[in-house]
Amino acid sequence: MITNEVVDLSRMQFAITAMYHFLFVPLTLGLSFILAIMESLYVMTNKQIYKDMTRFWGKLFGINFAMGVTTGLTMEFQFGTNWAYYSHYVGDIFGVPLAIEGMMAFFLESTFVGLFFFGWDRMSKMQHLSTTWLLALGTNLSALWILIANAWMQNPVGAEFNYNTMRMELTSFSEIFFNPVAQVKFVHTVAAGYVTGSMFVLGISAFYLLKNQDVPFARRSFRIASGFGLAAILSVIVLGDESGYTVGEVQRAKLAAIEAEWETEEAPASFTLIGFPNEETRKTDYAVTIPYLLGLIATRSIDEKIDGLDTIRERKRHRIENGMIAYENLQILREDKTNDVAKAIFEQHKKDLGHGLLLKKYTENVVDATPAQIESAIKDSIPKVAPMFWTFRGMVFCGVLMLFIFVASFYFNVKRDAHNQRWLLKMAFWGIPLPWIASELGWVVAEYGRQPWTIANILPTHLSTSSLSSGQLMGSITGFVVMYTALLIIELFLMVKYIRLGASSLHTGNYHFEKQGAGHV
Amino acid sequence: MFDYESLRIIWWAILVFLICGFAVMDGFDFGIAILLPFLGKTDDERRVMLNTVGPTWEGNQTWLVTLGGITFGAWSIVYAVLFSGVYSGLLLLLFALFLRPVGFDYRSKLANPEWRSFWDWGLFVGGTVPAVVLSLAAGNLMVGLPFELDADMRSTYTGGLFDLFQLFPILCVLVGVSLCVMHGAVYLHWKTESFIAERAQAVIRWSSILFVMLFLLAGVWVAFGLDGYKITSAIDTTITANPLHKTVEKSTGLWLANYSIYPLLLLAPIMTVISALSAPFFTAKQHSATAFVLSSLAMIGAIVTAGGSMFPFILPSTLSITSSLTIWDASASHYTMKMLLAATIVFMPIVILYTSWVYRIMRGKVTVEQVQANEHTMY
Repeated sequence: MITNEVVDLSRMQFAITAMYHFLFVPLTLGLSFILAIMESLYVMTNKQIYKDMTRFWGKLFGINFAMGVTTGLTMEFQFGTNWAYYSHYVGDIFGVPLAIEGMMAFFLESTFVGLFFFGWDRMSKMQHLSTTWLLALGTNLSALWILIANAWMQNPVGAEFNYNTMRMELTSFSEIFFNPVAQVKFVHTVAAGYVTGSMFVLGISAFYLLKNQDVPFARRSFRIASGFGLAAILSVIVLGDESGYTVGEVQRAKLAAIEAEWETEEAPASFTLIGFPNEETRKTDYAVTIPYLLGLIATRSIDEKIDGLDTIRERKRHRIENGMIAYENLQILREDKTNDVAKAIFEQHKKDLGHGLLLKKYTENVVDATPAQIESAIKDSIPKVAPMFWTFRGMVFCGVLMLFIFVASFYFNVKRDAHNQRWLLKMAFWGIPLPWIASELGWVVAEYGRQPWTIANILPTHLSTSSLSSGQLMGSITGFVVMYTALLIIELFLMVKYIRLGASSLHTGNYHFEKQGAGHV
Repeated sequence: MFDYESLRIIWWAILVFLICGFAVMDGFDFGIAILLPFLGKTDDERRVMLNTVGPTWEGNQTWLVTLGGITFGAWSIVYAVLFSGVYSGLLLLLFALFLRPVGFDYRSKLANPEWRSFWDWGLFVGGTVPAVVLSLAAGNLMVGLPFELDADMRSTYTGGLFDLFQLFPILCVLVGVSLCVMHGAVYLHWKTESFIAERAQAVIRWSSILFVMLFLLAGVWVAFGLDGYKITSAIDTTITANPLHKTVEKSTGLWLANYSIYPLLLLAPIMTVISALSAPFFTAKQHSATAFVLSSLAMIGAIVTAGGSMFPFILPSTLSITSSLTIWDASASHYTMKMLLAATIVFMPIVILYTSWVYRIMRGKVTVEQVQANEHTMY
């Protein structure tokens, strides 16, 4: 029997390793495109400075990329090591995008990343430029398949339970590929990556401008980052994935929790700007609301209702009761495959089998659950409101700040005066951590909000883990934390060192520290 | 053509193909990492060694990642049982692999000799430990792992890291490591000149003989000392099946049964021995490319030998032999196998095509002069 402690530790390990991984991924996504843009400018204008820019920002890209690969390896294997029952139960579907990701995307990026660094003198300009674009394409395709897999966890379509093999099986590849949640998620996540890349280049270029170090180099970098960044932040906000929250029940529960919609209101629902969600009274204290806004954002209409938590909770009761019937008949079917009555009842209720499994946390047999246990399962089936409410608002707040920075940068760029706006340069520099904070918070909203499920409405988290002991998990968590933290410190050390050196690290003899005859790597 | 039964065999073949691809491509990277502290006497020499694989190691390692993804999709329960079972072993593998991306990229970013020496040892560990753990895993797959499936298909595993170190798997480690060393030395001989190439030639000579002796010893062991497995119940190869619906027999020598059923399989071990023994002669005559093909054939032969003798088993269980996973009851659904096959047919040839192009661009020897001239751009 899997203890709650094992489940909690497994979740903790996954959260830690995924959040570490996600420190590096968004920068890779964005910076690879910025490199491709810089190099395209080099090929078009034939100006050496654009080549130097590609090479310098490429060095920083490399330092970050190494950590992305290191932490990414864990993700590919961790489903098997720590979520073995999950892997068995949904591998037939979930494994498909991961396998394709390897063949289509990961090979592409990791084959061309070497050529990007080592191939400068061995290829024509056009060949090298193609290499850089293929690298950017590879990283982004990788994100596409991962997010298709992730979206399937949030909104599982195109699959059916097979009682013979005791697992879910794929029924429609196009449904998982065209999953509406996947579309929205992909756009939102890669655009957030472009924002991260842009903020990184913008902030560091601002640092050089403030220190008067390699000004022409920094101004050009700043200009590219402000243009690309503005386009990216607008995509993140306008195509923000809140519109994806009306598809699928778990997504709707997430939305209700984010917005602290305790009760269903008449359409169009009002938007809670800020307040203090109170889980006890099921009310939001001191709430400041804007009428109609939520309905407009989430449903893009004025007459569609948004489910409140009360409505969702009542539906859950019904589905858990159905799930118990499904589970009961599944047991009969497993003993006797020819029992057509049981088969008919099972087929009728099997879409709620997952809700029956929620009860496994309280009683092994499911069918003998007491009303109190059913109440507990219903309570579990809704994510906690306060963490969702606050992480979402934190993410949006970072987004709004960045929007301001990019708009201002872009505006002063057009006026050719950005390098004189010291307040803006300072703000851009100190704003560097914003996209990372927003990305991590966004991850929490999406994945914490999925609880209590690993696969929405199909497989509860507490059934998904491997049969491991707490000791094994504590050992591995310690190992990951120590290893990752040590490597992160080394990475940051190198990153800061190369950022300070700036373009001088290229050793072309044309930049700041070399002209002064100081500072050698 | 694409009925369920054929697809399972095709997917077994793809699994073997990916393992071979991984072993051929990453095998020499591991071998060179193992040889790094011994063959590279100066910092420049070690940089030459690292730069022979510098531009391509990352793509090579992707074979392992893809192998993980493919196993997840096409053989989900194998992925689940194996990875959760050998938990500590897998973490050891991961932690060692962590050192590679950062080791390669960060090592030469600072000139400090202690920094560089630290990462050289990191890269040594990052190449040695995976070669050891993966060969150990191969040995343990042949022995069988102590796991059991319940009616819900949840796997429980009894045994820890040290239980993996039994005599036969340890022999497999020696086989695998000696082969990686030979393969790495052959590649090094191809991509370098003067001192390093000469030292590599000496390594090729002894490692090829050592490998062949150990490989033959393992063969004798499989014939006379190791329990093999066989399905004894009738099995319907055309339906989605449950592993627990079969009976299995276990006894010594059964792993050789396939060689009498499919005599052509004998070509695999024969090819392994001949290729490994002839590689040193070709490097001595400076036919390095031919030698590389031969050592790759030795790699492929050794893997096909092991995989072929286990067919149709993928993951036998010592704890409850009916829980053993075979290609008939551990596969994905018919539809998933079809979809993944289509993706594989489209993408793998493209991967091989652009990988070859990258190797073509990066062809030629890496020299001490080169790494000195490119102090800030090469590893």
